[in-house]
Amino acid sequence: MTDTPEFAPLPSPLLDRHEALGAKIVEFAGWLMPIQYAGILEEHRAVRTAAGLFDLSHMGELVIEGPDAGAALAAALVTDPPALAVGRAHYSMICAPDGGILDDLIVYRLAEDRFMVVANASNAQTVSDALAERLVGFQAVLDDQSLATGLVAIQGPRSLDILGPLTDLDLGAIRYYGIAEGELAGFHVHVARTGYTGEDGFELFTEVERAGELWDVVLAAGRDHGLVPVGLGARDTLRLEAGMPLYGNELDRDTTPFHAGLGRVVKLGKEGDFVGRAALEKVARDGIDRRLVGLILRERGIARHGYPVLDAAGSTGVVTSGTMSPTLGHAIAMAYVAPAHAEPGTMLAVEIRGAAVAAEVVPLPFYVRPT
Amino acid sequence: MVPGDLRYTKDHEWVRVEGDEAVIGITQFAADQLGDIVFVELPDAGRSLDRHATFGVVESVKAVSDLFAPVGGEVTGTNDGLAGAPEVVNGDPYGGGWMVRVRLSDPGQLDDLLDPAAYEQLVAEG
Repeated sequence: MTDTPEFAPLPSPLLDRHEALGAKIVEFAGWLMPIQYAGILEEHRAVRTAAGLFDLSHMGELVIEGPDAGAALAAALVTDPPALAVGRAHYSMICAPDGGILDDLIVYRLAEDRFMVVANASNAQTVSDALAERLVGFQAVLDDQSLATGLVAIQGPRSLDILGPLTDLDLGAIRYYGIAEGELAGFHVHVARTGYTGEDGFELFTEVERAGELWDVVLAAGRDHGLVPVGLGARDTLRLEAGMPLYGNELDRDTTPFHAGLGRVVKLGKEGDFVGRAALEKVARDGIDRRLVGLILRERGIARHGYPVLDAAGSTGVVTSGTMSPTLGHAIAMAYVAPAHAEPGTMLAVEIRGAAVAAEVVPLPFYVRPT
Repeated sequence: MVPGDLRYTKDHEWVRVEGDEAVIGITQFAADQLGDIVFVELPDAGRSLDRHATFGVVESVKAVSDLFAPVGGEVTGTNDGLAGAPEVVNGDPYGGGWMVRVRLSDPGQLDDLLDPAAYEQLVAEG
């Protein structure tokens, strides 16, 4: 039997910058990406107190354009993209006919007839293929711009102070989940007020050839404000504190949005059929057999992906993500548990190396940024 | 340069011999590989360790790593300070980051440990 050939990972277009900054590089979703620079805890704290700069060039950017672009996406995704005003975005998911999640996404409306769908790096090809199939019959074309697009994100309370002076765009006027196009420090960019950290911030989309220079300019502009480069390690601890799901952990092919506590993302009330509608309507009617909850460990120990969650009678679920929260100073986790055990305040336990460690169900998110 | 008065294992633990006891920790190399250490789990005093068996766990933000006993013996002390300050292992792995003290069951096992030069070569060879 012949082995499937393994393809070498793609270097991030910014790899030389990361190497020069002394980053630890790892392979992630088929890419060589920085996992950390100065250290995960230091980078995490910088994002919460000042700002961090992230290379997200591995993510997928799929542009759908044409007179039917909105209608095609409404039929392909669980949300209602035609309801977006130009310059607005929303969180979405693409599901299989059985309701299982293929990826979670952000959909941006760039123009009346042009949308950008941003997909996780690990699923970019799957999403691209699925959308190409689902656009058949609609007057819309898919342009996979993933490899042509560089994405750099700045996240943290100083983000606006750092970027503002670099552009004539009124960044303060871009609301959360808004997107604008223009010039920033001489680069043509789309600027989106979105992120994956629970902090204020902006995601900057530009041509991949210039992404490295954009990174340099923003990093330099932010130095006096405490801006530091931040890798995928801290990206994960930040999003977990913010209660945001990670595809592959909380979301997967065998999970529906309802199981993940994200039923509000599914717009069953929109006009027309969409892929997964019948299955998702059934879940909405019949209920779910497990629910995503937040856990705080009340005894010493760190819950990790895959650890069993127990109640007095035995196993009731499984941990999907867990870490020691740098901001809160205690171990936090997300887990699927039986609906009967999903109420905040319920005392459960996580099995850690054979021992039952007390854990309390808490509402998500664990962290909300001060306003 | 690793401390010259210690002995080492290929699992990146160090041993400081003090009479019939050994103090055990992990090397700077191990701590650097792990990244920020956020949790250390150590055995209680009185526990008997077998050489090469796991005797505890050190956790970084992202990963859980077993600690392997470089020598066998009875645990006579553990560094309780690491419970509240695990990061000391990153900053001072050979001093404040010590983990357990054991009374050696077989001092002959010390001969199987790596000397500083051999350990450094092991690290250099990756």
